[in-house]
Amino acid sequence: MGRSLWLVVGLSLSLLVGCAQQPPKDDSLYQDLGQRAGIQKIVEGMLLHIAQDDRIYKYFAKVDIVRVRDKLVERFCVEAGGPCTYTGDSLEEVHKGMKLSRSDFNALVEDLIAAMNEQHIPVPTQNRFIARLAPQRGEVIEK
Amino acid sequence: MARTLSTCLSPVVLASVVGACAAWASPAAEAEQGRLIATGGASSIEGGAGGGIIPWAMLAGYDEQGEWGGNAFATHVDLPDYTLDVVGAAASYGNRVEISYAHQRFDLGSLVSKLNLPEDNLTQDIFGVKVRLFGDLIYDQLPQVSAGLEYKHQNDFLIPSLVGAKRDSDVEGYVTASRLFMGAAFGYNVVVNAGLRYSRANETGLMGFGGDRRDTRSVLKEGGAAILFNPHWAVGMDYREKPDNLSFAGESDWADFFVGWFPSKHVSVVLAYARLGEIATLDNQNGTYLSVQGSF
Repeated sequence: MGRSLWLVVGLSLSLLVGCAQQPPKDDSLYQDLGQRAGIQKIVEGMLLHIAQDDRIYKYFAKVDIVRVRDKLVERFCVEAGGPCTYTGDSLEEVHKGMKLSRSDFNALVEDLIAAMNEQHIPVPTQNRFIARLAPQRGEVIEK
Repeated sequence: MARTLSTCLSPVVLASVVGACAAWASPAAEAEQGRLIATGGASSIEGGAGGGIIPWAMLAGYDEQGEWGGNAFATHVDLPDYTLDVVGAAASYGNRVEISYAHQRFDLGSLVSKLNLPEDNLTQDIFGVKVRLFGDLIYDQLPQVSAGLEYKHQNDFLIPSLVGAKRDSDVEGYVTASRLFMGAAFGYNVVVNAGLRYSRANETGLMGFGGDRRDTRSVLKEGGAAILFNPHWAVGMDYREKPDNLSFAGESDWADFFVGWFPSKHVSVVLAYARLGEIATLDNQNGTYLSVQGSF
């Protein structure tokens, strides 16, 4: 009796510790953005805005736009905590030689916000998402 | 009708849209207004970018590196016994340095007949320069920190001199820090600002500089905060500590509670309730503040 009780306690403890070491991934932002389908709509909306954006369309004029869309969807999915894998190149690699300015980065942020507004993403959700992307500005600009 | 965007938007269409735009657009349209909306702030009553009654660390206009920006504004403050009207303009370059000018006219209203005053208004001109020292309002590790100098000249010095003000012009300095915290209040972005001013201006200089009670500059605290409900609407407050150099009347610290509307990067409107307290012996000078700004 005593021995089996300790065994149960021990097992429970080890289970608890195991859970504590591997907390379930927080995918609430991924859910709030409408999962992968929602993120794809946001990315495509953003690219449509970029296409009409005199400030930055030029950087997208000669790219494989389908690949850009797919990699952006993967990237945004990962940043939102979704079950995706980013298979593209590093941000620094992608933007090397483009010498993007701070203004260029802000223009893209504005196009992203416009796309999220069109998808009726609430402002707090938009802020959470932008807060995940903003620290990566250094890997994008002035390369 | 249109199904979801993702299903009706074929990659081919997407590519041709981007490509077509690229082919037709002019080769080198210079980037301008590169900062995000509302990051140019409102126009403070002393001319520089800020909240309403204090400067914040952001610079006027929407210029980023290599760009020019600026604004012009008009502000009207309607108090029980006085009115304050301000017009001015500011320009900045590269999100680095800002110069500003403001002309203030303070109408003395009922005080003129009560005290048989020789003049019915006080005016002053304010020339300002503000430099972003380091940091960024949104990006970077550090908050945006700016330092500024203001040269102020009071143009109608008779009344201030009669109540003990020592001089009609002066220079004052300030340091201020601003930072946007993403999603900090119920998911909404919050901008927080704090600053220190070194000044001996009486009622920001409208009543001259220095006084019979104290003629040296004081270190004065300033601060503000705003919550952005979206990029176009902000609600917040400003606070400004003021010195008490003149013995003829108390001088209250100021505060305002504002709603800011930024419909585009070219126009903004601020409506506020200004709590200015005691001014030149008349207490409870609390009223409405309206400011309209055009940016380029």
